[in-house]
Amino acid sequence: MRIDKKTKDNLITYGIVVAAFLLIQVLASTGHLSSHMKGLLVPMTYYAIIAVALNLCVGILGELSIGHCGFMCIGAFTSAFFSKLTEETLPGGLRFFLAFVIGIGFAALFGFLIGIPVLRLKGDYLAIVTLAFGEIIKNVLNAFYIGYDSKGFHFSMKSQMDLGLEPDGDTVINGAMGIMGTPHDAGFTVGIIVLLISLMVVLNLINSRDGRAIMAIRDNYIAAEASGINVTRYKMMAFTISAAIAGAAGVIYSHNITTLTASSQYFGYNASIMILVYVVLGGIGNIRGSVIAACILYLLPELLRGLNKYRMLIYSIVLIVMMIVNWSPKVIEWRKRTFGNLGIKKKI
Amino acid sequence: MSFLTYLINGLSLGSIYAIIALGYTMVYGIAKMLNFAHGDFIMVGCYIIFSVSGAIGGGSTMGVILSVILSVVLCSLLGITTEFIAYRPLRGAASPLAVLITAIGVSYLLENVALLIFGADVKSFSSVITWQGLSFADGQLRIQGVTIVTIVVSLVILICLQLFINKTKQGQAMLAVAEDKGAATLMGINVNKTIMLTFAIGSALAAVAGALLCSAYPNLSPYVGAMPGIKAFVAAVLGGIGSIPGAMIGGLVLGIVEILSKTYISSQLSDAIVFGILVIVLIVKPTGILGKVIQEKV
Repeated sequence: MRIDKKTKDNLITYGIVVAAFLLIQVLASTGHLSSHMKGLLVPMTYYAIIAVALNLCVGILGELSIGHCGFMCIGAFTSAFFSKLTEETLPGGLRFFLAFVIGIGFAALFGFLIGIPVLRLKGDYLAIVTLAFGEIIKNVLNAFYIGYDSKGFHFSMKSQMDLGLEPDGDTVINGAMGIMGTPHDAGFTVGIIVLLISLMVVLNLINSRDGRAIMAIRDNYIAAEASGINVTRYKMMAFTISAAIAGAAGVIYSHNITTLTASSQYFGYNASIMILVYVVLGGIGNIRGSVIAACILYLLPELLRGLNKYRMLIYSIVLIVMMIVNWSPKVIEWRKRTFGNLGIKKKI
Repeated sequence: MSFLTYLINGLSLGSIYAIIALGYTMVYGIAKMLNFAHGDFIMVGCYIIFSVSGAIGGGSTMGVILSVILSVVLCSLLGITTEFIAYRPLRGAASPLAVLITAIGVSYLLENVALLIFGADVKSFSSVITWQGLSFADGQLRIQGVTIVTIVVSLVILICLQLFINKTKQGQAMLAVAEDKGAATLMGINVNKTIMLTFAIGSALAAVAGALLCSAYPNLSPYVGAMPGIKAFVAAVLGGIGSIPGAMIGGLVLGIVEILSKTYISSQLSDAIVFGILVIVLIVKPTGILGKVIQEKV
């Protein structure tokens, strides 16, 4: 059987993920992984997933988004809300599956709704509006209270007391306190499966007719429009899929921790920027690179924990130096002169 | 009367945002880059004032003036150095995202250096303005000294900047570089020097904003500049990025909306309302209030 280059490339990407998964399983079963390392495995998968999602938006669609953690936040809260409500009535597997579908569904819905105004803008204006939407989602959730009792659902934007619950009632989303006690349904295996599914979705999209239309819009939207490509439709499509995958990362995040809060650390613009760093260092438009960069850059500050106070300092210096070495026109020219064409990747 | 007080407070906060936004918008207009580290220059400026007035023994007028001047000078030197080491090598890089990520790296670097030197605990910043302020209508309407000074300083800065850009040769060079770097080089303008000057002015403005910000809200930590930095960026975009009067208008609108929504609607939702205003303005007018619409040629 002959396989073309792109299929081979994609198979290598899946192969790397599966191989990494098997390696970690072997290490874990032979007791070579510390409990600290084990705790880092699931975050690694959801950061890889959201990096893939953001790369679809930044690298393939070509629109800079610095609010992607907002979609992750939507996915996390809607799915955790559902899991919390049905914790006693549904069996674990089915419940998580439904929560997963609900999480990505709502993230996609928000991606679609936010995409309508956002995608009319261009460049940095678009970037700042995605940042604004991310912050709005986080702020509103921090002031959002919802609970239920025998009379049904109550919700408020003021305080928990304002819900006016009966004595038998229960608060589900408690404002800045978030959702407490979501069942731990998502482990490392689930994370890897979701990562593989997201990779399949994105890689197949890129190699399809739709994907080529999206990349044509990125390269020159006027030429694309002149060739009869429906620019709005394809932009919306890529943005919505990207939001849905970010939502999937949120589902895994919320089903792996005990207390889910809409904190700046996980869902603020800083978090979105951190994901953007993964995407840029992994290679804009290079999906495999995003996965690898997300894993390495997530682990780097954690592994530097021994250096305690200096770890973020070292991280920031590494970041600056790597950017200059990778992107500065003068350095690139110097590398070409010294090493010939070795080590210079061909630009597509 | 209380409404008037809140309005004036909003005006004062807005003036601080406006000063920061002026720096943002100048750097963006000329270097075409989002300087995410701009907010951290504010923080650096505050720490310089804090340490210098601590060393001299704060309270004396001379000490205060000296510390503010030192902070302005050191901040502009820091701006020039950052531009030279981190941003200049990436000018003309294949992707505009490269310099954006580097700016994020610089922001992390400054925050962590401050964290190492001063620690994570919140320091109490003693105001650089000791004047108590004015009182109107039998003390019903009190305006604090820092509020008045902030508004006056921002107006003076706006007028000076407008004069500088429109009347001096250096200012005209800035406009030319903002318009077209290649053509400006052909006209004999030193692009590198012009960009350096812009960074120096922008960072000096950040130091001034820092002094005013920490005098009004006296809690000093390594992350003090982050949120005002982002809000000022929002203000610059709101007014039309690259436009100096636009940055001023954007800053004032943002400050007033923030204070009024904090008071009358909800303190938790005030940020959401501020960002919501940005979204609405950009949907109606995609290049901001005073932004130029540039028609793309095929």
